[in-house]
Amino acid sequence: MKKIAQLGLICLLFITACNNNVETANTAVAEAAPQAGQSAVKDDESMKDVVKVAVGSKDHSTLVAAVQQAGLVDVLSNAGPFTVFAPTNDAFNKLPAGTVDGLMKPESKEALTNILQYHVTTSSLKTDYFQDGQTLGMVNGDNITINIKDGKIILNNSAIIVASVPASNGIVHVIDGVLLPPTKK
Amino acid sequence: MKRFFIPVIAGCLLTLAIGCKPGGAKTAVTGDAAEKAYVAPGKYDEFYNFVSGGFSGQMSVYGLPSGRLFRVIPVFSVDPEKGYGYSEESKPMLNTSKGFIPWDDLHHPALSTTDGVHDGRWAFGNANNTPRIARIDLKTFRTAEIIEIPNSGGNHSSPFITENTEYVVAGTRFSVPPDYSNGDVAINTYKDNFRGTVSFIGVNKASGDMNIAFQILLPGVNFDLSRAGKGKSHGWFFFSCYNSERANTLLEVNSTQKDKDFILCVNWKKAEEYAKAGKGKKVAVNYAHNKYDEKKHAATSVMEKEVLVLDPKELPDMVYFMPCPKSPHGCDTDPSGEYIVGSGKLAAVIPVFSFTKIQQAIANKTYDGDYDGIPVLKYDAVLHGEVQKPGLGPLHTEFDANGNAYTSFFVSSEVVKWNVKELKVLDRVPTYYSVGHLCVPGGPTKKPWGKYMIAYNKITKDRYLPTGPELAQSAQLYDISGDKMKLILDFPTIGEPHYAEAIPAELLSKNSQKIYKIEENMHPYAAKGEKEAKVERKGNEVHVYMTSIRSHFVPDNIEGIKVGDQVYFHVTNLEQDWDVPHGFAVKGANNAELLIMPGETQTLLWKPEKAGVYPMYCTDFCSALHQEMQGYVRVSPAGSNVPITFSTGKTAAAASDKPSEKPSR
Repeated sequence: MKKIAQLGLICLLFITACNNNVETANTAVAEAAPQAGQSAVKDDESMKDVVKVAVGSKDHSTLVAAVQQAGLVDVLSNAGPFTVFAPTNDAFNKLPAGTVDGLMKPESKEALTNILQYHVTTSSLKTDYFQDGQTLGMVNGDNITINIKDGKIILNNSAIIVASVPASNGIVHVIDGVLLPPTKK
Repeated sequence: MKRFFIPVIAGCLLTLAIGCKPGGAKTAVTGDAAEKAYVAPGKYDEFYNFVSGGFSGQMSVYGLPSGRLFRVIPVFSVDPEKGYGYSEESKPMLNTSKGFIPWDDLHHPALSTTDGVHDGRWAFGNANNTPRIARIDLKTFRTAEIIEIPNSGGNHSSPFITENTEYVVAGTRFSVPPDYSNGDVAINTYKDNFRGTVSFIGVNKASGDMNIAFQILLPGVNFDLSRAGKGKSHGWFFFSCYNSERANTLLEVNSTQKDKDFILCVNWKKAEEYAKAGKGKKVAVNYAHNKYDEKKHAATSVMEKEVLVLDPKELPDMVYFMPCPKSPHGCDTDPSGEYIVGSGKLAAVIPVFSFTKIQQAIANKTYDGDYDGIPVLKYDAVLHGEVQKPGLGPLHTEFDANGNAYTSFFVSSEVVKWNVKELKVLDRVPTYYSVGHLCVPGGPTKKPWGKYMIAYNKITKDRYLPTGPELAQSAQLYDISGDKMKLILDFPTIGEPHYAEAIPAELLSKNSQKIYKIEENMHPYAAKGEKEAKVERKGNEVHVYMTSIRSHFVPDNIEGIKVGDQVYFHVTNLEQDWDVPHGFAVKGANNAELLIMPGETQTLLWKPEKAGVYPMYCTDFCSALHQEMQGYVRVSPAGSNVPITFSTGKTAAAASDKPSEKPSR
C-alpha cells in the first residue's frame, strides 16, 4: 500500500511540475497588463468629473497639486458622488506663510489628506439643499457647519461659497477660504 | 495488491502523456491554450462575438478570445432586469399582429456590411416562432426596430443580408396557407394550399429603417438557411430547402425520401426590377412594425396592411432550383462569391456549386425539368465538385481568408477544415458535443478576419460541472492561425446558441455611445432637472415626473395616491456620466424594475391595491450612499381626500408648516 502512495506522490510531483510552468507563463502575461484607475478612462462625451472640473480651473492649481500629492485623484474620479468645497488659490494664500509648502512635503501627507478629505462629502448637494445651522459629515469623519446669512452660504464661519459647478460625479462649490479640521483631542 | 498498482501506474503515465506533452494532432488541448485565450485584467478583447440566444429570445455579446460575457441584449423576449417589455416605452417593441408576445426564439445574428465587409452599424436577428426581424443598433447595443413578416410560418431562413445591406431576407421554414388566403383548410391538402415565401426587407442606408420590399411566392417546401451572393455573385441569393416531398407529417421519414432537395437561387436584382416596375400583386395582410425613438426614449408600433407579392409563374427569370443532396441545412457562399456550399444533413458528400456554372446553365437552359413551374438546373452542370466522405451530418460552413472552409458535423461531433477549390480535407477536430453552427470572425463576408473559429455546442455532459438535468450550452474556441485547428477554450453561453458572428473590437468600441444627452431628451414626461419634478393627477391616472441622481430621487415622499389609481413613474436619470444607470422599483409592482440610462426617461406603471405606505428605491448600485437612495409613497383608500403632495429633503417641521403643492427643489 505504501508503494502505491509513493507512486502517487511521484505522479503528483510530475503534475505539479507541469502545472508550475503554465502558471509562470500566465503570471508573466498578467504582469504586463497596465492597471490604471478611473482617472485614466478616455471619455469625451460625459460631463467632466470633479477632478477634471478643478483641473480645468486656473484658480485651483494649488488644490489640484494638493489632491495629486495626497493621491486622491482616482478616488475623486470614482462614482462618489462628491460635493467638493474647492478653495481657490487665493484662499490657500490666506493661510500663514509656509503652510502650503509644509503640507506639500512627503512627511505631511497624512495631514494634507486629512485637510482635503475635510472638504469632501459623499453626496451631491446643490446649494438648494443647504439650510441654516445644518451640519454635514465630511469624508475625514469630522463635520462642518453651514450658515446662511444675507443669501450667502458660509461654512464653519470661515469660507463662503462663491460659485458652483456641476460635475459628472457630483458638484464643486468654489470657496474663498480653506476649511481646517478640528484638532484631535 | 498487485492489481491496484497497474491502474495507478497507467493513470500516472496517462497524466504525463496528456498533461505535459505538447499537443499532437490527437491531443484535444495544447499546452499554450491558456495563454492564447487569456486576456489580462485591464486588457480589451480582440473581437466582439454576437451570439444568438435561441430559445432565450435574446442576443448575447462576448469577448474573444477570453469568452467573457459583456451583455445580454433583450430582443424578442422580455427582460425584467432591464425593464424591456415591462416599461411603458418598450412594450410596443413586442407588439405583433397576434398582440403582445413576450418571447421568441432567436437563431441567427447578421452584422451589417458595406461592399461585403463588416461596417459595424447594425446587428439583425430573426424570430423563428412568430416571424419577425429585429435590428439592433451597435452604438447602443439596444433593439431599435422589429418588423413582423406576414405570409410566413416560422422565420428560420433569416436574417441574412446582401453585400451592402440593401436587403435582409426572411425565408419561411414552415410553408403555410398565405395570410391573405383562407387558412381554414385540411392539413392533408398541403400540396394544394400551402405555400412558401422568401421576403426581401429593404434597409434604409442612412437610418437602417426596414420595410418589406417584396415577397416571392414559392412552392410549399421548407426554407432552411440562406446566404447572399457577393463579389461576382452580388445580386443573387441562395436558400437551402428541404421537404421537396411536401410532407405534412412525420417529416423525419417523409421528407427524406428523395436523394436530392434544393437550393433556391434568387436573382434579386431581377425581382427588384419587377417590384420597381409595378409588377406583382399587392395583397392585404396585417403585420406590426415597431420602432424605438432614441430622442423620445420610447417605441411606437404601427400595423401595416399590405405587402407586394411576386409570383415566379408570372414573372420569369427570377428563381431557379438547384438540386442538393439530402435535406440541405447550411447554404454558404465563400468570400469570393464563386462557390456555394450546401450541407445535406443526411448527405455523405459536401457539394460545392459554382456561380459561373450556374450562370452558364441558366444561359443555356441546362435544365432537369421543373419543380412546380420553376426550372431545375442540372446538378452536374452547376457542380464545382464534392468533398467525399467529409464526416457525418454536415450542417454549416464558415470560411477563412486563405481559401479554406470549416464545416460542422452534428452526427460525428467534429469540425472539418477543407480547401474549397481543391475539395480536400486538411484537418479535423472533435467538438464536445453535438455541434451546430460555427463562427469565424468575418466568415460570411468578403474579408474574413480569421484567427479563431468558434463551435457552438448543444451538449456539455462531461465538460462543465453538473447542474441537474440540464447543463450550460457551450462555445468552443479554436485557434485556426496555423495549419491545424487547436482547441483553446470552452465557455458557457446563455440560452441555446445557434449562429454567431464576430467583428474586430475597434470597429464597434470607437462608436459606442456613452450617455444620452439630457438636453436632447424629448420624452413627453421627462423632468430635465429637479425643479421640473412634479406629481400630477388626471382622473385616476397619476403621473410622477421623477428625477434620479446620486443619491436621491425627486420627489422621494409622495402622498395623495389612492387605491384604484394608475400611477405612472416617469423616471429621468439626470446623470451625464458613462456607465451610471439608476434603477427604480416600488414594493408590490407586478411587472419589473426599470434601469434608466444617463439622460434617459423610462416609465413604470404601478397599480396599488391596498392602502398603506410603499417603499421605493434605486436598484442599481450607483454610489456610496446608494442604500440611502430611497423614498416612500403613501396610498390612501379610494375616495380619500388626502391631497397630492410631494417633496424631497423636507424635514417634519418644515413640512407641517405648509403642505406643498410644488416640488421643494
